[in-house]
Amino acid sequence: MENLLEVNNLHVSFDTYGGEVKAVRGVDFSVKKGETLAIVGESGSGKSVTTKALMGLIPQPPGRIKEGEILFEGKDLAKMKDKELANIRGKDIAMIFQDPMTSLNPTMKVGNQIMEGLIKHQKKSKSEAKERALELLKLVGIPNPEERIKQYPHQFSGGMRQRVVIAIALACNPKLLLADEPTTALDVTIQAQILEVMKDIQKEMDSGIVFITHDLGVVANVADRVAVMYAGKIVEIGKVDDIFYNPKHPYTWGLLGSMPSLESTEDELYAIPGSPPDLLNPPKGDAFAPRSDHAMKIDFEQEPPMFKVTEDHYAATWLLHEHAPHTEPPKSVQARMKGMASGSSEGDRK
Amino acid sequence: MVRYISERLVYMLITLLLIATMTFFLMKLLPGTPLSAADKLSEEQQAIVLEKYGLNDPLPVQYFNYIAGLFQGDLGLSFQFDNREVTTILLERMGPSMTLGAQSLILGTIIGMLLGLIAAIYHNGVVDYGSTLIAVIGKSIPSFVFAGILQFYLGVQWGLFPVALWEGWEYTVLPTIALAIFPIAIAARYMRTEMLEVLGSDFITTARAKGVNRFGVVFKHGLRNAMIPLVTIIGPLAVSLMTGTLVIENIFSVPGIGEQFVKSINTNDYPIIMGTTLFFSFLFILIILIIDLLYGLIDPRIRLTEGD
Repeated sequence: MENLLEVNNLHVSFDTYGGEVKAVRGVDFSVKKGETLAIVGESGSGKSVTTKALMGLIPQPPGRIKEGEILFEGKDLAKMKDKELANIRGKDIAMIFQDPMTSLNPTMKVGNQIMEGLIKHQKKSKSEAKERALELLKLVGIPNPEERIKQYPHQFSGGMRQRVVIAIALACNPKLLLADEPTTALDVTIQAQILEVMKDIQKEMDSGIVFITHDLGVVANVADRVAVMYAGKIVEIGKVDDIFYNPKHPYTWGLLGSMPSLESTEDELYAIPGSPPDLLNPPKGDAFAPRSDHAMKIDFEQEPPMFKVTEDHYAATWLLHEHAPHTEPPKSVQARMKGMASGSSEGDRK
Repeated sequence: MVRYISERLVYMLITLLLIATMTFFLMKLLPGTPLSAADKLSEEQQAIVLEKYGLNDPLPVQYFNYIAGLFQGDLGLSFQFDNREVTTILLERMGPSMTLGAQSLILGTIIGMLLGLIAAIYHNGVVDYGSTLIAVIGKSIPSFVFAGILQFYLGVQWGLFPVALWEGWEYTVLPTIALAIFPIAIAARYMRTEMLEVLGSDFITTARAKGVNRFGVVFKHGLRNAMIPLVTIIGPLAVSLMTGTLVIENIFSVPGIGEQFVKSINTNDYPIIMGTTLFFSFLFILIILIIDLLYGLIDPRIRLTEGD
């Protein structure tokens, strides 16, 4: 199947007084129709910036897309003017934001906020748009939509607001949905409900989803494929099973190892030592090398290319080079992988 | 809503009564008597006059007489203006002051808000610096300087508007502009800061993600949110403009209340001082009430629900 979205060599930088912060440093990925790609990584790894850049929502200045292509249905969004992009935003590509408490306009009725995109993109009359808004509110599971449509955001709870944010994103049946940590600000029971809503809608509309999160439990639940980001680059990308059962990059090992589990017998939860590099002066070799237990000399000198593991599994680590010593993931991660394979991880989803 | 407003009106009355009391006693602390300048009167004549106005009574008696009068809507008679009623004098004098104040407030906030908006939209551009410059000039240079410039160019050189006096609408133009410069500066600064803050908030990104264009983002989503803090400063600004300004009224020979007020303090014209103070206080409290109601109109989060 053809790619709905194809990102090639995307670089995004922010010009600050201290210099150029290279937030995204050459990212490639693609999303097909009906597919969910999860982007995981710790805070500051560039995952949010990547998705914002896709929609042209990076504040410029100080931000800018330095180079690269964002091909959406064959058209390069990176080269489009803001006016052209405005016709795609909300219609073909929509975004679900992280914080439901601040993502809605506090002085505008919820109904009007949902209807806005419909009136703009689908040239609907007010009453038609209202009908569709009621439908959407029902779809995302908000009771009494006739009542709720006339209310303001402050009359909604956090979970209900996030449903409104999702309803806004879904208004025009977007072909691509960018979800920037849509469940991070919600408590666990609501999280599960929201994820179900998103999955149902994806099935119905066959839309592609880019799902940003740092919660691996959520990833296992929703994703078809996973891209692991570190310091502005994708270090490993593959099917969800590849990433969970056959991870190759030491950073992915670290992420999996630092996930709490019910089987773990150790008292202390594993944490990756150190902190992510300063992207004002990104390190020369593998950006993860200083924090990695498996770093080799070359990791500090030369950046690893993407090594092919299988047809859809790639990882950027010198450990995959033919001359590299054979390295197994740490024991805790191996135990985790076994636990995952036996299916007992259902319980420890956050 | 009705209950809320009537409750506020009761509080308003209590506040006014307190202000009346405080002003009354503070005023009595002013040195001299209303007659201190009238050296042409003999001591007996002075005693007769003081007796006539009840100024020889003990202070508590004077106070209760005054408050009793207040409740009957009687602000007393002026000492210096031929025994005319204070109410009449106030009404006569407030007209020009309030006209100028209201006109300059409306003109000033509208122009100021537009300037601030443009500055925020073209943030850090030439327009932004230009509007900042205007704001700084407007805030730092006193209004009488502008008054002089306006009189010279618009009045004398080009003869567009009358230079002074108060004989029709065209006479209000120059003083209104002179007075409007300050609110322009204030509104422009506030609008710019608030708008920039609002434009950086998450819900603006949501709006942009919906495909709303720049214009829609600023006017449909930004303006109402940016106006909330602006409303707060417009209240005191409105009062200070409407209660007349001594300097501007003098320069343009406007028969306003500002000049009147200062004169009555100098001559110990007790009823005028009391009346004017009470009237200003009333205006101030009223404007605060209006602003509280405006908040509810602009910001649904502080709107009163039916139950309250």
